[in-house]
Amino acid sequence: MLQLREIVKRYFIGEPNELEVLRKISLIINEGEFIAIVGQSGSGKSTLMNIIGALDRPTEGLYILDGTPIAEMTDNELSEIRNEKVGFVFQTFNLVAKINALSNVELPMFYKGIPKRERRERAKYLLSLVGMQDRMTHMPNELSGGQKQRVAIARALANEPSIILADEPTGNLDTETGNMVMDLFMKIHREEKRTIVLITHNDELAKKTQRIVTLRDGRIVGDESNIAAFERGSTV
Amino acid sequence: MIWENVTLAASSLKTNKTRALLTMLGIIIGIASVIAIVSIGNALESSVSTDLAALGTANITIAVQEREKENAIGRLRPPTGVIITGKTPTSSDLITETMISDFKARFADVIQGISISYSGGSATARDMELYANVSILGINKDYATANTITLLSGRIISQQDIDGFANVAVVSDKLVENMFPLGTDTVGKTIKIYKPNSIDIYTIIGVYEYAQDGPFASTASDRDMQTVMYIPVSTAKKDVLEKNFTSFTVVANADEDITQLTDSFQSYFDGVYAGNRDWKASASNLTLILDTVTSTLNTITLAVAVIAAISLIVGGIGVMNIMLVSVTERTREIGIRKALGAKTFHIQLQFLIEAVIVTVIGGIIGIMLGLALGVLASLILGVAASASIPMIFLSFIFSMAIGLFFGLYPASKAAKLDPIEALRYE
Repeated sequence: MLQLREIVKRYFIGEPNELEVLRKISLIINEGEFIAIVGQSGSGKSTLMNIIGALDRPTEGLYILDGTPIAEMTDNELSEIRNEKVGFVFQTFNLVAKINALSNVELPMFYKGIPKRERRERAKYLLSLVGMQDRMTHMPNELSGGQKQRVAIARALANEPSIILADEPTGNLDTETGNMVMDLFMKIHREEKRTIVLITHNDELAKKTQRIVTLRDGRIVGDESNIAAFERGSTV
Repeated sequence: MIWENVTLAASSLKTNKTRALLTMLGIIIGIASVIAIVSIGNALESSVSTDLAALGTANITIAVQEREKENAIGRLRPPTGVIITGKTPTSSDLITETMISDFKARFADVIQGISISYSGGSATARDMELYANVSILGINKDYATANTITLLSGRIISQQDIDGFANVAVVSDKLVENMFPLGTDTVGKTIKIYKPNSIDIYTIIGVYEYAQDGPFASTASDRDMQTVMYIPVSTAKKDVLEKNFTSFTVVANADEDITQLTDSFQSYFDGVYAGNRDWKASASNLTLILDTVTSTLNTITLAVAVIAAISLIVGGIGVMNIMLVSVTERTREIGIRKALGAKTFHIQLQFLIEAVIVTVIGGIIGIMLGLALGVLASLILGVAASASIPMIFLSFIFSMAIGLFFGLYPASKAAKLDPIEALRYE
């Protein structure tokens, strides 16, 4: 469903101080999986996230997302892939400040060309799914960090993406709120059957997922199933 | 899609009202000055047209004129009865009473009247210490049809006055003020007119209203101003040996085509003067002058409007500047939008529409301000305000075009941003 084969990403190609950030990464993520990619800063996880999220193209290698090879696509084609197949959740929430929660959730659907009424309907549904039904018309600066992140999660779900890509989603939240957001991801994974890729340097957080892939110096150095712990965690 | 972008752009402008207004200012001033200038130009033009029409655009003047020599190139034909020549026409070259009556008979169905006037020179009316300057104009009875004379009391010169060489005069209200300060009924009173070598006594038969902006307006003070005193043309010519005329004016019927009629009159008089080798009679009308004045005014208006339009370009650059700042400020927002699937054209459209909204709102305010300025200036100049609908429409389109043109570069810059870089921007 998501396949990375010998992905290489280099910067400053051809120059003496050429930088190889990703070194032949191969990884398959199955549909419905809740997977964590962990690694210290500088391990290449951000670059990997950009490639998985179709924000960037690999220098070498093959990347197939939901049956579509993404290598030589134009910027506009990448936009379309991101719009339809990827739902982003960022550490810094990244809500558009000037528009309210409802409009923020509508944005991906707006760019997909979904009619206004349908958009609004679905945005309302998604906001109530993340428990934000009472604050739909609030502006981002009227929301707390946890609330912003919940709006962002609702937005990530808007176009029923193939994967939800969460980059340190609890990084800017206190432990309690962070746990609430993690519980929300669990719920979405369970109830909406979404594939979720969690990118973090926090091992504690990673242990709440089904599978942990460890990245170091641009290589995958660990790929272990955490299914037993995950099952325990989700039944608690 | 477009409409949603419009509401989006409007809401983003609302968050920074002062800046939006300042950005608009350049466009407002530019559009307002163009509209005001064109309005004033139009007002002046129609005012001049009205003034000239008062002089009689339905009038055709027939004037004796020296024939152009065979080798003369591009000699201008004087518009009215002005003779540009080194020679003086002899009595037989001039227009005779018979010629006029023959002409009148030939064109009886198209002409209202034939106005003849003869200048009797300047003179002074005196009565003890009271005086008033006059210029004597001998007129026939049709003169009043061709020229606007507003009678306040009494009557105008009649055929009987002309036939009888009567010493009667129609004088201005200004003369009456100077000569009859007690304000008694002046019709029937007599005045003494002092000419360089004679003194005549005239009986006042009518008083007309002096027109400050009329064809014979004087710039002197009320006390010393020279006003026209109308007397019978026969009386004016009584002491002159020359009984023929250098020119006369035809008043055409209102529904006649003046240009066509001028041509017919010309060919008629070409026939009359066929035997004269040195002189001819040429027919001309004021529409020619009117056209010249109108086109000159139009050119001036256009030139000034173009200069004003340059300020619009400056305004446009201001819009571009602010849009560039806005793109930089909103780099992160652009990154978010791109991450969520906005394509190049979505971002471009968003910023273009924002720029167009700024310039169009500026344009609308400018149009209203310009119209107000036009009305104000017209009031000061004392002419009727006249707005140009095509100009308003054009200004609207132009302000939109400025938004598109100067918004294009910032919008493209926004659309080209790399989403990864943009998301990282603080």
